[in-house]
Amino acid sequence: MDIIAVVIAAAVVGVVGILAGVLLGVASEKFKVDVDEKEIQIRELLPGNNCGGCGYPGCDGLAAAIAKGEAAPSGCPVGGEQVASAIAAIVGGDVSSARFVANVKCAGNCEKAKDAYEYAGPKDCKFASNAPGGGPKSCAYGCLGYGSCKKVCQFGAIEIVNGIAHIDKDKCKACGMCVVECPRHIIEMIPYEAEAVVECNSKDFGKDVKASCQAGCIGCGICQKNCPEGAITVDNHLAVIDYDKCTGCGTCKEKCPVKIIS
Amino acid sequence: MKYTFKGGIHPYEGKELTMDKEVIECLPKKEVVYPLSQHIGAPATPIVKKGDKVLAGQLIAEAGGFVSANIHASVSGTVKVIEPRLTSSGSKVNSIVIDNDNQYESVSFVPCDKPLSELTRDEIINAIKAAGVVGMGGAGFPTHVKLSPKNADEIDTIIINGSECEPYLTSDYRRLMDEPEKVIEGLKIALALFPGAKGIIAVEDNKPKAIEMLREKLAGDSDITVNKMKTKYPEGAERQLIYANTGRYINSKMLPADAGCIVHNVDTAYAIYEAVREGKPLTKRLVTVSGDAIETPCNFNVPTGTSYEELIEMAGGFKGTPKKIIAGGPMMGKAIYSLDQPVTKSSSAILCLSKDEAAEYEPSSCIRCGRCVSVCPGRVMPNQLARLATANDFDGFLENNGMECCECGCCSYVCPARRPLTQVIAGTRKLVLANKKK
Repeated sequence: MDIIAVVIAAAVVGVVGILAGVLLGVASEKFKVDVDEKEIQIRELLPGNNCGGCGYPGCDGLAAAIAKGEAAPSGCPVGGEQVASAIAAIVGGDVSSARFVANVKCAGNCEKAKDAYEYAGPKDCKFASNAPGGGPKSCAYGCLGYGSCKKVCQFGAIEIVNGIAHIDKDKCKACGMCVVECPRHIIEMIPYEAEAVVECNSKDFGKDVKASCQAGCIGCGICQKNCPEGAITVDNHLAVIDYDKCTGCGTCKEKCPVKIIS
Repeated sequence: MKYTFKGGIHPYEGKELTMDKEVIECLPKKEVVYPLSQHIGAPATPIVKKGDKVLAGQLIAEAGGFVSANIHASVSGTVKVIEPRLTSSGSKVNSIVIDNDNQYESVSFVPCDKPLSELTRDEIINAIKAAGVVGMGGAGFPTHVKLSPKNADEIDTIIINGSECEPYLTSDYRRLMDEPEKVIEGLKIALALFPGAKGIIAVEDNKPKAIEMLREKLAGDSDITVNKMKTKYPEGAERQLIYANTGRYINSKMLPADAGCIVHNVDTAYAIYEAVREGKPLTKRLVTVSGDAIETPCNFNVPTGTSYEELIEMAGGFKGTPKKIIAGGPMMGKAIYSLDQPVTKSSSAILCLSKDEAAEYEPSSCIRCGRCVSVCPGRVMPNQLARLATANDFDGFLENNGMECCECGCCSYVCPARRPLTQVIAGTRKLVLANKKK
């Protein structure tokens, strides 16, 4: 075998390799994309579930937004206080320590709120809400109990018990997916420490509420009158609590004639 | 030759129950309820208040916009209250409730004998608008809006939809058999608005008597033809009807007028005649009360606002216990859960069934047989759409033309796995439309 041919081939490959190396080196300097160091650090701190609860396209999206200052350090609802303070150490800014949980505004279970008719369609709130009257439940505002929220919860925090959704406060990461999914919009975010919760979403007149459910807010306004902090307003025949004002004194729970504040 | 389209199904017809029975005049005894939204578009605005005395035929609510319709009292009495009442859509709608005084005193109507050629376009449209005529086939689209398309000079076909493809329903057939001259005159009035347009009366071939009779009446008339349609569901759906009669396709983004067509129900044509020729507002309509759980199934000429309960009493009440009651036909009608609701301008039937056949079987897995695809008149793939819909994939749903579904129910009807395809697709369409509005 001709040894020279081997040497030439090796030399050609070697020279091409060196040229390519130099070229790549120059290009990597010239076309460099600036990556924010902070963004990478923040991304490492985020949980990585990519649940979308923050409203950004996954954890990468939120990391970029926090690094740019578009989102607050506490932007990740799942990470909670721990992650928020770690991120705040990198980017600065305030960390509000409030932890939120989802709450189902309905206590009308199978005994308390009857079905108006027998529903035979697909067992999914999304489709059941398309049935006459917005679903078989006699109350047009209450939880349908087919568990659309349970299906989207990535943290296993929702169980359907006796016809209504129940949220495990400790498992809930407040990502907000259930709030978006519920076709009747009865899930809301409340502070973890909230002492008083109105367990009803009915905007009907008291008479109609009574006719359809034994666990409904009749909009009497007694809670509003008795709240020492002025934290409760009755709007559209439904009591709403302002948690910025609520001190958790418990007066409303005592006074409520239908016992739907718990 | 029979006119038809590709796809569709052949359900049990059940028309023999009421087809050849004479129409019974119905007079409500109790309170009558007029929902302010009996039509597509803005709700009407009430112009009466609690305690007012009204006469039959009196205007009680004015159209609340261009796409809206007037509402007239169908009985005389006093206004009891204006409050939300249950309608057959299943939700509560603000309604005028009138306490019937059982006198049936009526306002006087001014007939019009002018020949068609002397009536101006505005005169006709205003008469129809004043009478509150809406599409009586089910959707309730205001007729004066339908007759005022943007491209009026491109309209070359007006179709009177007498196919009545929904099982059990015979109200349009009775109207055709009892008042053919008035229906034809109604069509002629509509044709007068569009010079050069031809009229078609489309009737399915399971009503041979009607076809024969209409052809006799229209012998020598070169403007109106009677088309014999193949008996098939959904032959009377607007898009399928237009395709069968003219070969023109329309999709969900188009109106029939974009294909040069206007489609009216038989009863609407009759209402147009009454509005223009007799000056009468739309206060009555034909309603089929049928099904195997009704003592004497029949067609009734019902004043709007009459409660379903009274209507069923008039039909002899229930035979046994009904398992399912449907407002409208069995394919596209809505199951109702309370009889305390009124007949509106677009209620075509009440159907009382002793068996709920749709709920008898549990749905099982899709076996990929493709029968839903072969019957779908909208030319979409219900199996794919249902899969995407259950997976919350709205983008995929739109890509697969989910919005072209007309919710006719053929796919659910043929599915051997009894999957609730229509319900799932219909629910998702509603969500997509709601998201669009946001």
